[in-house]
Amino acid sequence: MTEQPLLDVRDLRVLIGGRHILHGVDLDVSAHGVTALLGRNGAGKTTAVRGVLGLVPRAGSVRFDGEETAGLPTHALVRRGIGYAPEDRGIFAGLTVAENLRLAERRGAGEPAYGLVHELFPELKQRAKQLAGTLSGGQQQMVAIGRTLLNANRLIIADEPTKGLAPKVVTEVAQVLERAAEAVPVLLVEQNLAVVRRLAGHCVVLADGRTAHRGPAAELLGDAEAARTLLGVGHGPLPAHPSVKADS
Amino acid sequence: MSTLVLLTMTGLGLGALYFLVASGLSLIFGLMDVLNFAHGALLSIGAYGTWWAASGNLPGAGPGGAGFVLAVLFGTAVGTAAAVLLELAVVRPLYTRPREQVLATVGVGLAVPALLSGIWGSDAHPFPGPEALSGTFGLLGAQVPVNRVVLVGAAVVVLVALRLFLGRTRHGLVVRAGVEDRAMVTALGIDVRRAFTLVFAIGGCAAALGGALGGLYFGSVDPRQGTSLLIFAFVVVVTGGMGSVTGAAVASVVIGLVQQLANYYTAAGLGDLAVVVLLAVLLLIRPRGLTGRLA
Repeated sequence: MTEQPLLDVRDLRVLIGGRHILHGVDLDVSAHGVTALLGRNGAGKTTAVRGVLGLVPRAGSVRFDGEETAGLPTHALVRRGIGYAPEDRGIFAGLTVAENLRLAERRGAGEPAYGLVHELFPELKQRAKQLAGTLSGGQQQMVAIGRTLLNANRLIIADEPTKGLAPKVVTEVAQVLERAAEAVPVLLVEQNLAVVRRLAGHCVVLADGRTAHRGPAAELLGDAEAARTLLGVGHGPLPAHPSVKADS
Repeated sequence: MSTLVLLTMTGLGLGALYFLVASGLSLIFGLMDVLNFAHGALLSIGAYGTWWAASGNLPGAGPGGAGFVLAVLFGTAVGTAAAVLLELAVVRPLYTRPREQVLATVGVGLAVPALLSGIWGSDAHPFPGPEALSGTFGLLGAQVPVNRVVLVGAAVVVLVALRLFLGRTRHGLVVRAGVEDRAMVTALGIDVRRAFTLVFAIGGCAAALGGALGGLYFGSVDPRQGTSLLIFAFVVVVTGGMGSVTGAAVASVVIGLVQQLANYYTAAGLGDLAVVVLLAVLLLIRPRGLTGRLA
């Protein structure tokens, strides 16, 4: 990655309950396209994202668009233009779909892009008055991603957006992220390598709370041995491009 | 029959008083995970503020008519300001240290009655109120004190106002979301600390109003009133479901009635025990309280 990264994380360390979860993560997110954050289960991917956003106590440097943000509270960093779809989707079960979206409207960030959200996810308009807690997993993911698209964000962070979804929905989510990435850079935490292969230009691999690899995603996924070593995928062939199916 | 009517109206009045304290307590706990043991002190501040103003110390205020309304507004405003100060100066600096936070609110809850005792003495003071509110009216053969109806009316107004605030405003939306997942609200770019201060102000306002009107119910103010009501307010919060205003309203009515009826039909003092037994049974059957849902 030769261009100036949009998000530049250096030596990110996280200590939770007296236990070191991250020991010094370096992470660049390109100003264009999708950067994938990969690693085996427990490698520290979600903690790294939460550390970047300040949702867990952390140390190290987090530069967003050239500005050091490590000292900022989460809401102040997010208001600089970050949309976040967390691993558990972060849906407010007791609020309706419309209220979940309305909550994400950011004042001073222009008109919320309901047209785009409803074009990509027509179901959200039809189910506007439904309690979000009664939606299916796929529909909840639509709300989570819809919230990131509502504002004119400069970066979208999606943490395992395809986790636990049916293959058809995985494809839909991948298509939406692909379209979103045409306009806004995306940091994608993902276990589904078919999705990574389809979307990601660059990738960062974490192992045991440290950065183990950085480089073009295609290069890593093209090297079956490296992918197996770093990502712990099975001994079968890696998922083929460009089809997107459920977890590999 | 007339006894039952009188007990019911008294129970409803007491329930209304519990609701005014418990509604804010419930929202504060639901949104902020703060066990505010100083909440009873806010009620006492409201009561003493109203008593002080209605006793002729505040120009324009007095024991009757518009003067009494001004005294209630004054007491409520002082209680609200105290709640905001409590959040900013005591609770906020200790968000990351919940144990110390609890101890600090307990300390404030003890210090305020001591302060009130130090200034105005530990004995109860007769509460000056309008004559119209000190009388009774006939209902199904019973002579019911007017102040019971005033308390119930105030509680209904507060319940409706809270429901409108939570359901129709953006701040209310933030509070309802924050009760579910505070971190996610922050991750949407919302400064949840503002909601904390707002909820403390609302809770303090309702408790102080409870203190102001509680003076009518009890006929006097004393420094320990808030502390003794706080215990039952906590029972209401747990019974109604943490963070649920509607649940707090239902639980307040149930607990006020059970307490009054048990005290009269069994032995004095057994009403308090009945409330605790009711709470224990409910927690075994429905651990999330009566409503089992938020707001």
